[in-house]
Amino acid sequence: MQDLLQALTNGAFLGAVFALAAVGLTLVFGVTNMLNFAHGDFIMVAMYAGFVCWSLAGLDPLVAIPIAAITLALVAILVYAGIIRPVLGSTQLAQMVVTFGLLTFLRGVIQFAFTATPRRIEDPIVGSIRVVVGGVAVTGAQLVSAAGALVATGALAWFVHRTETGRALQAVGEDAAGASLMGINSGRMYGLAWALAGVSTGVAGALLINNFGIDPLAGASFGIMSFIAVALGGFGSVFGAALAGLLLGVVQGVVGLYLSGYTLTAALGIYLLVLVVRPQGLRGSR
Amino acid sequence: MFQRVSPTRRGGRILAVAAVSAMLAVSACSSSGADGADSDVTEIKIGTPLPLSGPNAPLGKDALQGAELAADILNNGLPGLKLPLANDKGVPNLNHAKFKIVSADTQGKPENGASAVNHLVNDENVHVIAGALESGVTKTAAQQAERLQVPFITSISSSPALTQQGLKWFFRTGPTDVTYAQSFFGLLDEQKKKDIPADKIALLYMNNTFGTDAAKVAKSLAESNNKQIVADVPFDPAATDLTSQLQNVRAAEPDTVFVVAYPPTATLFINATEQLDYVPPAVMAFGAGFIDAGFIKSAGDGLEGMSRRVAWSEDLGSRNPAAKLVADEYKKRYDAPLTENSARVFTTIMALAQAVNNARSVDPDEIRAALTALDIPGRDTIMPWDGIKFDDQHQNTGARAVVEQRLGGVWKVVYPKDVAAQEIVWPAAEARK
Repeated sequence: MQDLLQALTNGAFLGAVFALAAVGLTLVFGVTNMLNFAHGDFIMVAMYAGFVCWSLAGLDPLVAIPIAAITLALVAILVYAGIIRPVLGSTQLAQMVVTFGLLTFLRGVIQFAFTATPRRIEDPIVGSIRVVVGGVAVTGAQLVSAAGALVATGALAWFVHRTETGRALQAVGEDAAGASLMGINSGRMYGLAWALAGVSTGVAGALLINNFGIDPLAGASFGIMSFIAVALGGFGSVFGAALAGLLLGVVQGVVGLYLSGYTLTAALGIYLLVLVVRPQGLRGSR
Repeated sequence: MFQRVSPTRRGGRILAVAAVSAMLAVSACSSSGADGADSDVTEIKIGTPLPLSGPNAPLGKDALQGAELAADILNNGLPGLKLPLANDKGVPNLNHAKFKIVSADTQGKPENGASAVNHLVNDENVHVIAGALESGVTKTAAQQAERLQVPFITSISSSPALTQQGLKWFFRTGPTDVTYAQSFFGLLDEQKKKDIPADKIALLYMNNTFGTDAAKVAKSLAESNNKQIVADVPFDPAATDLTSQLQNVRAAEPDTVFVVAYPPTATLFINATEQLDYVPPAVMAFGAGFIDAGFIKSAGDGLEGMSRRVAWSEDLGSRNPAAKLVADEYKKRYDAPLTENSARVFTTIMALAQAVNNARSVDPDEIRAALTALDIPGRDTIMPWDGIKFDDQHQNTGARAVVEQRLGGVWKVVYPKDVAAQEIVWPAAEARK
């Protein structure tokens, strides 16, 4: 029983990070109707941003969160203005090719700049913390990652659903032409969606380096999980993606305990099941 | 219409044809040289398919540097190095032809192994291939080299199945997982003689070609050595957490845990041991994960007391003058320590040079025959091996493995006894006190 509790806790903590990663992806899809295949690599770039802050200025990853968030927001805006906007009206194939190209480019640039040698933050503030409650152990890095991810996910959800700008974002996502007639600048909203996705990946990346190694492929697993979470939660649904991210984490933790070699298989299996039974996802509508 | 040819003139023509034929024959012979060597060969190209991007890129870079250092020493010499051909400046029996390393990036993906070999052979015209790194990649790459009939030597990939496929053109200089695992079982037997419980083994391994093959070998040897596998825990190489898997291991209360991981998952393993505050009595690591310098640095104290099997040991190397000279040169050039991977690839290129020298040719058949007949004593290598001599399956019979334990932040040889720097600290937690 204690083992199961430990696995559930671990899974939930990991799932919180999946949730934050997935929210950025679903936001871009919901507003621009475009899938960003380089989303996981934005997280990887954020990890390197946190690493640079630590190695050059000695900043702890927790202190580097705002810097990574702003850096990734700027990167996302640049990406949007430079290569996404020109293909917004194009076919989905063209859009997919562009984001695949971006994925390769980001990995290549990072490998060129930092080499493929894995990096790691040494002695983060939360590194020595280990809490045991009822036999269930949690590290400081896990606590901080999960708490930070939940706060950031909540803030993003609040912004999208409770502010006027957030409602404008949703309006553009539902009907860009109609929103334009209401005086909403859809181009700006597209850029904002990318910037918010940048912020979410920036926060996620800075949180993750407390616990994970940093290398040019470090974002790949989180990118895959984000995609599964977005499909599972319903494309475009912020709450759905967050919920699905948490669920995926828990599934990985529990499956790791009983069928250790099939964690990714289980995640993909659930995804396929949802596609068959409820193709619109957990929170999507037909 | 036709001029009649007199017998004398006909004889002259026959003579002329014979003379031209003779000249052609001489020309053909001279291309093999008076001593039988190809006289027009000035360069020997060695293709190295390696993961130069992707998660195993640091290991690939390390291996490539080992190959480049060997080629440079063969071409330009290294004063004081007493290894065959080390100061001959090229291949003496082949016009002092120089070696050139041509690399190809496999990204560590099995599906890229064959295309990398295709590129190296058809576009780069390499004469022989020395690679790859991951057993799954080596498998597809070696099969393609077999189709193209190009000699292929691996030194890092340790899956026993590779040399059991009946490939004619495939050779392996390094130890197999069987040799590696035997070193662990030998160590366990030593512990048992001291009445230390060492019979219960847990397996924690990646569920890819390398991991499952290593686990299969461990299970088979456990059976023949009267050991008990108390936990069999595979995991996905793309996993983001190994805590649940380590809980499984802990629940089985093993005396030792065999871990098979590449660097990213080796890091997750260390994270999980720290989270669960669980250090098994002994951790014995297979695989490149525990060899990568980046991982070792980042794991820090989390590695203390854990053991690994290696085909090269810095500890042992410092006692061998040639190995020490090569290790110092490597450190000077690349600002990194000579590792098991770079040392194995270095040794393979040096052995390959001797095969080419013996073959006096870059003809694939001649090189293959020379490799088959190769017999290099251990003292002529930088490895703690008995030597390099291939058996019927083209597996080096002289390859050996030693076991090292992380103690006080450095790796110390703890097995076998004849080369051990000290006894293993058991349980591993004792090393952390």
